[in-house]
Amino acid sequence: MTGTLLKIASLRIVAVGAVAMAIGWAGMASAQEPTSIKIGWSISKTGPFAAGASVTTLPNYQVWVKDVNDAGGIMLKSIGKKLPIEVVEYDDRSNSEEMIKAVERLATQDKVDFILPPWSTGLNLAAAPVFNRLGYPHLAVTANTNRADELTKRWPNLTFWLGQPVEIVDGLVELLTKLRTDGKIGQNIAMVSVADQFGIEQSTAARDGLKKAGFNLVYDKSYPFGSQDMQPVLKDAQATNPDSFIAFSYPPDTFALTDTAKVLGFNPKVFYVGVGTAFPMYKGKFAAGAEGVMGIGGSNADLPGVKNYIQHHKAIIGREPDRWASPITYASLQVLQQAIERVGKIDRAAIIKEINEGSFETIIGPVKLKNGQYKEVWAVGQWQGNDFYAIAPFKQAGARAPIVPKPAWQ
Amino acid sequence: MTLYSDILLSGLVLGGMYALTALGLTLQYGVARIMNLSYGEFLVAASFGALFLYTGASVNPIVGLLLVVPLSFGAHWLLYQIVLTPLVRRAKHQGMLEVDSILATFGVLFVVQGVMLVLFGGQLYSYTYLSIPISVLGSTLAVNRLLALAFALIIGGALYLFLTRTRSGTALRAIAVNPTAAQLSGIDIRAASALAFAAGGAIVGAAGVLISMFLTFSAASGVGFTMKALIVVIMGGVGSMAGALVAGLMLGIAETAVSRLIDPGLTIAVTYALFLAALLWRPTGLFGRPAR
Repeated sequence: MTGTLLKIASLRIVAVGAVAMAIGWAGMASAQEPTSIKIGWSISKTGPFAAGASVTTLPNYQVWVKDVNDAGGIMLKSIGKKLPIEVVEYDDRSNSEEMIKAVERLATQDKVDFILPPWSTGLNLAAAPVFNRLGYPHLAVTANTNRADELTKRWPNLTFWLGQPVEIVDGLVELLTKLRTDGKIGQNIAMVSVADQFGIEQSTAARDGLKKAGFNLVYDKSYPFGSQDMQPVLKDAQATNPDSFIAFSYPPDTFALTDTAKVLGFNPKVFYVGVGTAFPMYKGKFAAGAEGVMGIGGSNADLPGVKNYIQHHKAIIGREPDRWASPITYASLQVLQQAIERVGKIDRAAIIKEINEGSFETIIGPVKLKNGQYKEVWAVGQWQGNDFYAIAPFKQAGARAPIVPKPAWQ
Repeated sequence: MTLYSDILLSGLVLGGMYALTALGLTLQYGVARIMNLSYGEFLVAASFGALFLYTGASVNPIVGLLLVVPLSFGAHWLLYQIVLTPLVRRAKHQGMLEVDSILATFGVLFVVQGVMLVLFGGQLYSYTYLSIPISVLGSTLAVNRLLALAFALIIGGALYLFLTRTRSGTALRAIAVNPTAAQLSGIDIRAASALAFAAGGAIVGAAGVLISMFLTFSAASGVGFTMKALIVVIMGGVGSMAGALVAGLMLGIAETAVSRLIDPGLTIAVTYALFLAALLWRPTGLFGRPAR
């Protein structure tokens, strides 16, 4: 009797032990031998932000993931092998609450290793405290804010890549000042801007900068977001006969302003329009008419890295990337990959430190962040031939000489 | 003087676009009694149609109208027969049909938008056609926008004549005024309503094609068109062709005048101020019938 009992008891112990060992072994295996690196993102696939996110952000995520996986994955020294990327994607419907829910879910439910940022200044600023609390590196590429210094100090995991609005405007003002010194343009400038945060920040900075530089603002008006007719604004601007026309506009307005200026035969020596000028569809729509048009952004399209990237992006996505934030988005992902590989394991704190302190080789050249910010950003680009070349800050290496006066509309 | 004539002409051209987008909705809402929230989505769908005919098959948008308009007519006729007829059948009174149709077309909005997102993605689209200057009485205007105004006037005028001078038009107006009495006098309400709804669809198709020649659009931009059309329709008087035309043109002229004479930042404010004033002064719209 006792023998049997003992037998049963010991069998049980063995069984329990075996189960425990099996669980433990499986647990250890999953802790030590991950089969992939999980990367998640919440992006605007629908709603008003979809237009921007589907040009600048999402295609670059897709190209990068494909590139990394085609090369075998990301090398983790700690386990001595390359791991492919596994993607978890959510649509935030251009809504900051949805985006925050999705980011939380990525971290707590999906337990992803890294989270890539949403599109736009607004969503990235809304996401910043959440990324910080969850301890994930936050590569806020499409955010453009004058509070960058303060924010990166408060949240060390946060990095900015697109310069500050003030720097973008400074680049433009410096360029105009130089053109005036060279005798290419005169004093008179007409300025219009879209009446929302972007337009107000940029035009306020430009108004101060231009006045300080001694320019004469002959026309200075804002128009409501979503305006469907630019003719009234442009007719009045044209009537002031300015040497330069600058517009801090959004893509639909950028196209409408260009189109209307063409119809009206308004051809100032400098014609600068805002977001959207750097889109390949700008060239697609206006063809030879784009020649000499200046706009926000620009890239050093002569760099072999950028050249290859544009071809590669077109081959995979079916269309070219924009010439402002797209190359930088891709470069930021290269930085992330290199930082992970240098640390060699999924240690997010160490990776954040490496992103902030390391030097990286990317398609846009060497990248070294200062105070959590990429500083070698282009402020002004110009369509010259088939590409949108960076022309300011003109002292920065790689800047092309501007074509001024702008040739006649074609 | 040239400034004022310039304002008037530019305003008429902008207003022509507003009227064009509103004519179809006033037909659908005023006669077929369907408050179609997916209106703007169908407009954008027609814009995509024009874009792809032009860039893909080199069919110019004016010729494209010949294809897109009948297609849009057919699609709306089917939509009415399949989705909206059950609502019409079970509606006990006008209010119920309006609420039900708002909910149903709200759903249709997401279906159409979702299909466009899958097909075209979220990015912006724009092409250039007839973006050439033409001088009218000393004002420079774009040919493509002038064309939209011309179509608005032609469509609006033709519909007005059809509704007031023909037998079928009179039947449609009878339905708009009193559906029950119309039925009692032998009018086939369902067939006539389906026709009115589909005709509204044909107009929105034409509007989408014409507007795509000068406005940038994306799969998500339909709601903006619905909103503007709704303002024009309510301001002009639900179901009134002349009202939609006049209200649209008025908004265009007011926006242009404020932009040129005061400040471009106030264009949206003046739209809503006019809208409010019209509703306070004439709650049923400029050309609306007194409430029953």
